[in-house]
Amino acid sequence: MGYSDINSTLSSGHYYFSGNEAVAEGAIAAGCRYYAGYPITPSSEIMERISVRFKDVHGVFMQMEDEIASICSVIGAVWAGAKAMTATSGPGFSLMQEGIGYAALTETPLVIVNIQRAGPGTGQATRVASGDLMQAKWGSHGDYYIIALSPWSVQEMYDQTINAFNLAEQYRVPVFVMGDEAIGHLRERVEVKAILKVFNRKKKKGAPPFGANQNNGIPPMPSFGEGEKLLVTGSTHNEIGIRKTDDPEVHSRLVNRINEKILNNRDRITRTDSYHLEDAEVIIVSYGFTARSALFAIEQLRKEGKRVGLIRLKTIWPFADKIIKDVGQKAKTIFVPEMNRGQIIGEVMKYANCEVIPYNQTNGEIIHPHRIINGVRRLL
Amino acid sequence: MARDLEEYLRPGLDSTPFCPGCGHGILMNLILRAIDELKLSMDEMLFVSGIGCAAWIPSPHFNADTLHTLHGRAIAFATGAKLFNPKLNVMVISGDGDLTSIGGNHLIHAARRNIDLSVICANNMIYGMTGGQVASTSPLGAFTSTSMDGNIYRPFDLCKLVLGAGAPYVARYSVTQPLLLVSAIKKSLSIQGFTFIEVLSPCHTQFGRRNRYDSPADMLKALMESCISKEEAEYLTKEELKNKIITGEFNDGGS
Repeated sequence: MGYSDINSTLSSGHYYFSGNEAVAEGAIAAGCRYYAGYPITPSSEIMERISVRFKDVHGVFMQMEDEIASICSVIGAVWAGAKAMTATSGPGFSLMQEGIGYAALTETPLVIVNIQRAGPGTGQATRVASGDLMQAKWGSHGDYYIIALSPWSVQEMYDQTINAFNLAEQYRVPVFVMGDEAIGHLRERVEVKAILKVFNRKKKKGAPPFGANQNNGIPPMPSFGEGEKLLVTGSTHNEIGIRKTDDPEVHSRLVNRINEKILNNRDRITRTDSYHLEDAEVIIVSYGFTARSALFAIEQLRKEGKRVGLIRLKTIWPFADKIIKDVGQKAKTIFVPEMNRGQIIGEVMKYANCEVIPYNQTNGEIIHPHRIINGVRRLL
Repeated sequence: MARDLEEYLRPGLDSTPFCPGCGHGILMNLILRAIDELKLSMDEMLFVSGIGCAAWIPSPHFNADTLHTLHGRAIAFATGAKLFNPKLNVMVISGDGDLTSIGGNHLIHAARRNIDLSVICANNMIYGMTGGQVASTSPLGAFTSTSMDGNIYRPFDLCKLVLGAGAPYVARYSVTQPLLLVSAIKKSLSIQGFTFIEVLSPCHTQFGRRNRYDSPADMLKALMESCISKEEAEYLTKEELKNKIITGEFNDGGS
């Protein structure tokens, strides 16, 4: 229990994977042995690879009747002891929202991969966007907190999927891998290491599975069939799972704890990469596929002697408040290019005490570096 | 509830939440009686339920693992738990609205896949918990809070629906047929594969009072009169079968 070193199921070395294939391999490496999903472009290759590769590792694969059934059967399997995952895209992610709220309230660790496509509605199923980041945080009703990661390379699709399982198990929370069509279908070299670190859920016989008084707010998690006579419910419940649907104190304690167990650990969870911040006048805040264009852009601009830097958000939720607050004191301007109408810029503005300029593109295409270069040039 | 079944109940609970005249208490008793007669260990049982009055039959009352899920999704949750840990003996207990209306898609697909679940559908022909709205199982002409002039749509025949989806064992009984019901539940727990039992369970609070049954006892009497066996039904004309509910096993697990 806790973190331990295990041998990779795939022989170590270099592979040439698509982003979606890397997600499937990352999940298997992290110990995922239950997968349920429903076909949807542009994420289906994850399910296809899992359906084949699970035979090698004795995993249980189910193609369910819809995305609602997929998320619900994943939750059922997790309480039966599995590490479990589903993958989808926009419309399927919308269908899963009620289940996500249930998982948050019942503190069910699971991983959901969203290979984002251009919405709203059916939108453009084969085209790229990053329009689901606010939905990842706010999509289900009520107050809850989740963790959302934003990979920018095929290597990170592999690494961040492993990380997603570890965070889910450690904090007993749904974790999202917010990929997109471009990274899902990109093929790149991936390094698979021989040894990897995985976190297995903590168990403590007889301990209340929804206990409120643990020091760090994260109770141990038993499984069905262990004789614990579990009471799992999506209604407000006390520490042993008894429904308390009209007790104001129990409700407020539970809702606060499922939020604060993440927020109190945000410094341990949230990761960023920084480039050339030392003297930067203009700082780009970027994530996912767009950060590749942003990195290319600042390297070009640096060659011209322009003082520009980049913060790449590897974690979207919890948001990287401290570093944004910090650079917001020093920089003149923060530039936020996004493949949406402006989602993460709202968070940046919340914390940055400087000018914050958006660049938004919702045409189903990636943001080319020259657009970022032109945008930044105007600010210098 | 009979004292001899008390060991199956979660300690510390001293009453059920059901209204006077509700059939769910009888059903709770019969399920536990079947488990007791089969000598199943509650440590291996997992009870999954959705949302609604019937979902409260196992949760929190049964002293076993219980999973009280989202409205309509009990079978999907149960599928994941059963497939990952096949040692679990998984029973789904929920209402007609939950399992067959909002959750109808999961019901037919689990039946089609023949997932090893015992599904018990407590059919009270109305949405009880939310205040007596018309259900997909409400009889033609039934008065409910959303069909004040009488229900104009035909009800589902749940057993035919699940049989059509390929379930190897399907039965329908009323809580007024307790011995037959215990034997059906025992059968469903013994058969490997998807089994479905529709249990007619009266709701006097929401259905009875709106449909001119003066007391819960009148509702039970009416149920006893309208429930006939499928063997009896063979000798009745179409006219005589009107307002009758045909009970029995519609597929005996052999096929």
